[in-house]
Amino acid sequence: MTPLFWRACWLIFRKDWLQEQRSRELISLMTLFGLLSTLTFSFALQLDRLSRVESVSGILWVTILFAMILGMDRSAGNDRENETFLAILLSPIPRAAIFIGKSIANGLFALTIGAILIGLMTFLYNLPLLQPMIFLILLLLVVGLSSVGTLLATMTVQTRSRSTLLPIVMLPTALPLVLAAVSATIPLIAQSDVNNSIAMWIQLMAVLDAVYFTLAVLLFDFVVEE
Amino acid sequence: MTTISPVSPAPRAGLQVMSATTLIAVAVGLYLALIFAGTDIDQGNIQRIFYIHMPAFFGAFTAFSATVLGGILYLITRNPRWDRMAVAGVEVGLMLSLVNLLTGSIWARPIWNTWWTWDPRLTSTAVMVLTYAAYLMLRAGIEQPEQRRRFAAVYGILAIVTVVITLVIIRVRDDTIHPVVVGTGSTAAEGTFDVQATRGVTTALLFNLPVWGLLIPITLMMFRMRLEQLTEHVDRLKAELMER
Amino acid sequence: MSAIIQVEALSKAYSYKLALKQVSFEVERQSFVGILGHNGSGKSTLIKLLCGLSKPTHGRITIGGWSIPQELGAVRAQLGLVSHALMLSPMLTARENLRFYGRLYDVPALDERINSLLETVGLTRFADQAIKTFSRGMQQRLSIARAFLHDPSILLLDEPFTGLDQTASTMLINLLEQAQAQGRTIVMVTHQVELALQYCDRLLVLSRGQLQYAGQATDFSLAQYEEILRR
Repeated sequence: MTPLFWRACWLIFRKDWLQEQRSRELISLMTLFGLLSTLTFSFALQLDRLSRVESVSGILWVTILFAMILGMDRSAGNDRENETFLAILLSPIPRAAIFIGKSIANGLFALTIGAILIGLMTFLYNLPLLQPMIFLILLLLVVGLSSVGTLLATMTVQTRSRSTLLPIVMLPTALPLVLAAVSATIPLIAQSDVNNSIAMWIQLMAVLDAVYFTLAVLLFDFVVEE
Repeated sequence: MTTISPVSPAPRAGLQVMSATTLIAVAVGLYLALIFAGTDIDQGNIQRIFYIHMPAFFGAFTAFSATVLGGILYLITRNPRWDRMAVAGVEVGLMLSLVNLLTGSIWARPIWNTWWTWDPRLTSTAVMVLTYAAYLMLRAGIEQPEQRRRFAAVYGILAIVTVVITLVIIRVRDDTIHPVVVGTGSTAAEGTFDVQATRGVTTALLFNLPVWGLLIPITLMMFRMRLEQLTEHVDRLKAELMER
Repeated sequence: MSAIIQVEALSKAYSYKLALKQVSFEVERQSFVGILGHNGSGKSTLIKLLCGLSKPTHGRITIGGWSIPQELGAVRAQLGLVSHALMLSPMLTARENLRFYGRLYDVPALDERINSLLETVGLTRFADQAIKTFSRGMQQRLSIARAFLHDPSILLLDEPFTGLDQTASTMLINLLEQAQAQGRTIVMVTHQVELALQYCDRLLVLSRGQLQYAGQATDFSLAQYEEILRR
């Protein structure tokens, strides 16, 4: 992993970031979806100020998962437009750098809307969501999901069924991470019995992130060859 | 055009031997389970379903292991036969998982008084089923054979990791009501049974384990792989015919 | 023997259908080779294979002695591709696009090079406009600038004249002739037979995945081409 490698990652990341700065397409799409999803769940589950802690925990992380699926699918789709991805593949950049650059970009977009949603739900449900630990959980969740998601999105965007396929393959693989995130968040919101329970879940998420990231880097080559 | 090697219409000797062996073994296993083993004192005859329920789970795991192995070997060698093994593994594994879930459900109704519960162990099995159902959906969505094999192999590796991790999480969470046969059970477990108490339980279980855990998946996979080979052969012939 | 590209018995199958069948040819260094053929003859597939963006089903490709696509890494910096796809990000400006690709290839003195190329393709005035505002012709011109940016010794072009008006076409031809004079090798897929006959040294004609003619452009004629297509 030479300085040249990291420079390549930075290049790819910067292009995605610049593109997003111009169009604001992904962030607005993901944020709007997040808002609508939260609203829908609120009505459907009859949530109000005295809502159950478990429900809000679940809604938060699942909404972020779905928003990320939308965002990563659109991001991969943008690359296919004009075949810009082809030109990147043709260049001397190592494949792993392409993957890392893209997943960091996807991750940052997700962190942005994650923070927005956490703020929104604090306000809507009057629950203590603005804790550092919850932001740590957000970070761990996003790292794992953007690793596996960038890999899977790059794969599914090449298929005939495209956008319908990504949720189908992404949801099962996301499940352990989401489960861990939800389990860790519940005691934090309820503010009871915190230290014991969440340490294990946080560790699990960190391990999952490491596993998914490593696997994704190794498998990315197989997904982009023709 | 490369010559297409002919595929014989009748199953090969190995497959025939496996089929016969499996059929006999299943018959013997059923005898042991339904007649030879004693009736459980607490649960009654419904307990007998366990002799299929647990081995089926191991059978599913055997099949899914073949899937990930096939996927990895395909990515390395690019030989389509490994992909055939992978897809055979998923289909057979899914079937055995469903057997596991169904037999569990049938048992649960009288014992737990419900068909289903979102208990961690059941949930994780359901996750396993859905993960591999997604695998088949992925395959169905890709037309080009080489791309299909490659992407399926990649997803297969992710899938097994997900399944293993989910199972590990379950081991960690000790609040399951599912009875634990091996190792100490959870205090919340309902419907445990003592392995030593009833006559013939060990025999029936130990016999059925390799039958449902190894024989059935392997034989069914061999059939499925052969079917896949024949299908590809037909596709290739069709394509060649269109060229003329 | 200065063949820089060697293709031996190349076949490519998609879903059991052969897009290319046993194609063999060589491209000499510093030559300008035109590949002709009707739609679906396998021309685009061939370019993709030469770029290493696709794996052959059978056969071998070597570029500069390196096996493609296994050893593609050694020659990536030497290849430039122009296709009918733009390979440019619509939201970014012309300059930003070129800067991105220039940095991908680690092009030295990048900004000067960008300015000079923008001038060559006549887009200096629009350098800081997002390219989604460009016309098709302008976008194609920028795509050509992108391909030349890292000074590749081998240029692969797939229908590069699509969307170009007369001025731009002349500009491209001049660029290509200049490139060849400077020692580059050019392989161009086109359906514009007259252009190929006029500017190419050698011609390869594909029909239904098979090589029907490989020889000097001077020995070929429009009539012969139509004859092959009719077959």
